[in-house]
Amino acid sequence: MSQAAIEFIQAGRRQRHRRWFIVTSLLAIIAVGLCCAMLVLGNTIYPLGDVIRALSGEKIKGVSFAVSTIRLPRMLAGLFAGFAFGVAGYTFQTILRNPLANPNVIGITSGASAAAVFCIVILHASNAVISIASVVAGLITVIFIYILSRGKVFSIGRLILIGIGIQAMLDAVISYLLLISAQQDIPSALRWLTGSLNGSQMRELPPLIIIVLICSPLIIGLSKHLSILELGEQSAFSLGVNTDRTRIALIVSSVCMVAIATATTGPIAFVSFLAGPIAKRLVGVGSSNIMPAGLVGVNLVLAADLIGQFAFEYRFPVGIITGLLGAPYLIFLLIRMNQKGEL
Amino acid sequence: MKPTHLFQAEQLVAGYENKTVIHGVDLTIPSHQISVIIGSNGCGKSTLLKTLARLIKPTSGHVTLDSKPISKFPAKALARIIGLLPQSPIVPEGISVADLVGRGRFPHQKMFGSWSKKDYEAVAEAMTIMDITQFANHNIDELSGGQRQRVWIAMALAQQTDILFLDEPTTFLDITYQVEILDLLTDLNRKHGTTIVMVLHDINLSARYADHIFALHTGKLVAEGTPAEVVTSERVKEIFGLDCTVIEDPISGSPLVVPKGRYHGGGVTV
Repeated sequence: MSQAAIEFIQAGRRQRHRRWFIVTSLLAIIAVGLCCAMLVLGNTIYPLGDVIRALSGEKIKGVSFAVSTIRLPRMLAGLFAGFAFGVAGYTFQTILRNPLANPNVIGITSGASAAAVFCIVILHASNAVISIASVVAGLITVIFIYILSRGKVFSIGRLILIGIGIQAMLDAVISYLLLISAQQDIPSALRWLTGSLNGSQMRELPPLIIIVLICSPLIIGLSKHLSILELGEQSAFSLGVNTDRTRIALIVSSVCMVAIATATTGPIAFVSFLAGPIAKRLVGVGSSNIMPAGLVGVNLVLAADLIGQFAFEYRFPVGIITGLLGAPYLIFLLIRMNQKGEL
Repeated sequence: MKPTHLFQAEQLVAGYENKTVIHGVDLTIPSHQISVIIGSNGCGKSTLLKTLARLIKPTSGHVTLDSKPISKFPAKALARIIGLLPQSPIVPEGISVADLVGRGRFPHQKMFGSWSKKDYEAVAEAMTIMDITQFANHNIDELSGGQRQRVWIAMALAQQTDILFLDEPTTFLDITYQVEILDLLTDLNRKHGTTIVMVLHDINLSARYADHIFALHTGKLVAEGTPAEVVTSERVKEIFGLDCTVIEDPISGSPLVVPKGRYHGGGVTV
């Protein structure tokens, strides 16, 4: 066997790695920039120096309150929720080998939302209860969809259609709960219709941060397994992957992240749907795109929130802006898949 | 040369939910040889192959490797000994040919870390054997059907197993590519001593390339042996329900089935 062949293959891989590294670094830099912008911009624009000093504990009149009570929680909620949506969406799309198969389209976020709204307007429950209920509801939704779509032969198309149906039902439940809720609960519950970073509070964030810090390293650790699962059941099995166990680990981690992010910020529309395909387009041929997908998720949420806050006369919640981006892409994808006969 | 293995099935019964397809098959795969499983549509040849390659759990009986049931092996360890090319592998989107072939290295790799020198060597060797090195950095989507099939086989080769199962590796390919793929597999068997077990549709190509043939009929093994022993007009009638004459293949000397039909040699005159 020739050394030339090895070098040719090595050169190609090195080039793809370089592209992956550059894209990921750029996405990270943009994310840092957007995080700073989230802290600097607001009703009053504070210089970055003041913001940093305020964050390091110095008391600066006006700045300290606005930054640590309003802007920092908002930024952190967007950062972690965006990352969770991006990573989980990409994982779902890869396991099920279909861009439509993501938590946003097949009703998992709706399941988590419905549980959160129920806990708020009916039970008046604490944050911890809301978080746990959302995760449990997300998992139940997945199991329910899986059982319904199993049939004789498992079909991803059927799973997606059933998921869309379940999502519609759960959205109706959310609307009903909002209609019967007490006037004072409506503002906080409304978040679960579109997803919003408005009114994010520091005390709501620990569950989100903890789950993301546990689940995303787990998913990244399984990225090699994920790339084998992508080859289909038979190939994966004969390459020595325990397909059932791996799939369950990946899906449970993804659902936990999506559900907890939804419990914190609401179902920020289409982020989990868009992040994976955008990351794939940016990175190009053949790499693990988990990290880039997470960063694209962060950038989408933070950029959309900044646009929603400052681009218009009226302040829009982040979910409206991501929805405006995502809906046309969904239609485009449906048309293209229909043409290719993949639907 | 690959190590010799004793690969056997004992009283194998297997199938799907409420339908038994394989009814008590006993066989021993000859090491370092090319075995072909033949039989008519629905006789269970693909199910047998999948059961041997552990994709289907037998309802009863055992598949053993060196006298130990394959279910007792750790998945990754077994994947270093037995490989399988499924009938219709799934093409992942947006992946380069080299990276796809490299996924065959999974059972040899640790959870983290990049490719080792051995990984590069195995991938380069597999791609050289399959003559696809020039496509290494292409997107798999750009390749034709015949080229893709060579990529899949290269992936199975990069796995560097001693035994390789292939489920109809030549289906959907033009005759030229069928011969090419079977020649490449023969190279692999002769040069490396890889034991090859495959399901083929074409009885004449089976007779030409096989060292050993297993003939399956309604889930039972009805004959096995060299092509000359198995491919006779009586056997073909029994296995496929086809009237035929068997002559000597003028190129390879192996048996060649010339089928009869109602219009040709079957009594109907136009």
